[in-house]
Amino acid sequence: MKKPGERVIEGALAFSGLITILTTVGIIVVLFSESFTFFQQVSIFDFLTDTQWTPLFTQKHYGIMPLLMGTFLTTAIAIATALPIGLTIAIYLSEYANKNFRKTVKPALELLAAVPTVVYGFFALTVVTPFLQSIIPGVGSFNALSAGIVMGIMIIPMISSLSEDALHALPKSLREASFGMGATPFQTAFKVALPAASSGIIVSIILAVSRAIGETMVVAIAAGQQPILTFDPRDGVETITAYIVQVSLGDVQHGSIEYKTIYAAGITLFLFTFTLNNVSYWVKKKYQEKYE
Amino acid sequence: MSNLKRNRRIDKGFKYVGIGCTLFGLLMLVIFIGNILIDGLQRIDWDFLTNLPSRKAEKSGILTAWTGTAWILALTAMIAIPLGVAAGIYLEEYGKKNRIAAMVEVNIANLAGVPSIIYGLLGLEVFGRLMNLGASLLAGAFTLAILILPILIVATREALKAVPNTLREASYAMGATKWQTIWHQILPAAGGGILTGIILSLSRAMGETAPLIVIGALAYVPFVPKSPMDEFTVLPMQIFNWVSRPQHEFLVNGAAAIIILLLITFIMNGIAVYLRNKWQKKITW
Repeated sequence: MKKPGERVIEGALAFSGLITILTTVGIIVVLFSESFTFFQQVSIFDFLTDTQWTPLFTQKHYGIMPLLMGTFLTTAIAIATALPIGLTIAIYLSEYANKNFRKTVKPALELLAAVPTVVYGFFALTVVTPFLQSIIPGVGSFNALSAGIVMGIMIIPMISSLSEDALHALPKSLREASFGMGATPFQTAFKVALPAASSGIIVSIILAVSRAIGETMVVAIAAGQQPILTFDPRDGVETITAYIVQVSLGDVQHGSIEYKTIYAAGITLFLFTFTLNNVSYWVKKKYQEKYE
Repeated sequence: MSNLKRNRRIDKGFKYVGIGCTLFGLLMLVIFIGNILIDGLQRIDWDFLTNLPSRKAEKSGILTAWTGTAWILALTAMIAIPLGVAAGIYLEEYGKKNRIAAMVEVNIANLAGVPSIIYGLLGLEVFGRLMNLGASLLAGAFTLAILILPILIVATREALKAVPNTLREASYAMGATKWQTIWHQILPAAGGGILTGIILSLSRAMGETAPLIVIGALAYVPFVPKSPMDEFTVLPMQIFNWVSRPQHEFLVNGAAAIIILLLITFIMNGIAVYLRNKWQKKITW
């Protein structure tokens, strides 16, 4: 039998848990309702196929493609930077390094993840961009390359830490069997450990992609505000997140079509990250306990 | 035998690549901090901390920014800590098996991956407009509290999970109720872990810029906030504002403000790591 006081406490605790559900519902309701009124004025077809995004000009076009391209370009550069380095660090720390080295390096790398993103933006603008300009001709003062590389450096700890956890969780017997067959640590790492921990590593990559897509301050500071369709990383681009920042900083009338564009952009961003997060959760749940 | 030799060589080569990559990460951190110190250190003095923002770079200070950050941290802590710890306790100690708990769990994993700028859009509509808080400190604090809630809940759960079941069973055997067990036994035992999570999540809230820009926080606030309903700016907003200006003097100001922001961030993270180590050493289950 429970005392009445205990029930009240349990109820209060459960209510706190429900706040998180309310948050999700809130996000979905707000994004959908505001974009619904946007799509009453702009057809979804135009939104997806128009190649110009100029809601703040007199000649208005509402094609999300330039913003999407900007987002994908910076994300691709970030992953191309972070994946090889992050994964190598993970393999080195888990398969090669001794315990003490690991113990000192891991917190130091995690410090890299604790740095506020606005600081990374400053770094991209004042260090990486001038450096790139000195070695590659034609790099603009705002460009996708610098923002992408710095974003990549930012998510190295995420990939290295999560992948290292996945490798570390493998049973020792797996490696011993491989060593017993005469394999080198390199062969063991790449032919035995990596495939065995692949689900955890895939999760870390998906989460890193999702993080890069949603990253705001680095691209708002260093990538520029030109929504143009380009594959050239030396050019300035505008990402979805940078656009939302641009509108929020200006004085756009609430309820106007310009104002609603940030919700249309927001829901596009949300759909991408939501899908990626769910895929990663699903991969984790499905393959996680294989070796436990 | 050449095959064996080759394999050994590849192995050794990769070892150096591995060390190289690890050092690259650390080197970036060093370049990063070194560069900011060189740019900004000369600018930091008492006036910089106590001056209001100004149109002239050399007269500008971060008084409104750091007081705003202090306000935001205090308010966010007051809102987020009770909710986050309570939700963590519920999920770990009460609702392990039921469907609501399972739903909440998937949901938290999802929320942790939502970009911070989306929380800004939520805050703008719900706290800014529906609750009519505008771009006040309170609206900012609510938005950031919702943002760090998933991190807090996960940290609380991890800390509770580390408490061995024997402690619970011993308490029940003495006739304690569930809540008495949690309040008198489990929470004190998990306190260090929970505190670590609280500090780390607040450090995260302090560094956020994007959601506050979206709810309409201003970069230029010429006064120190006096009540939770006042408009405000915070250190990252001030940095963003200075960094986006073309003049070099403002970049220097930005670097100086970054030093202050990083200093607070690293101190908070340092305390969190220290607490975690201390707690782990003290209690050997």
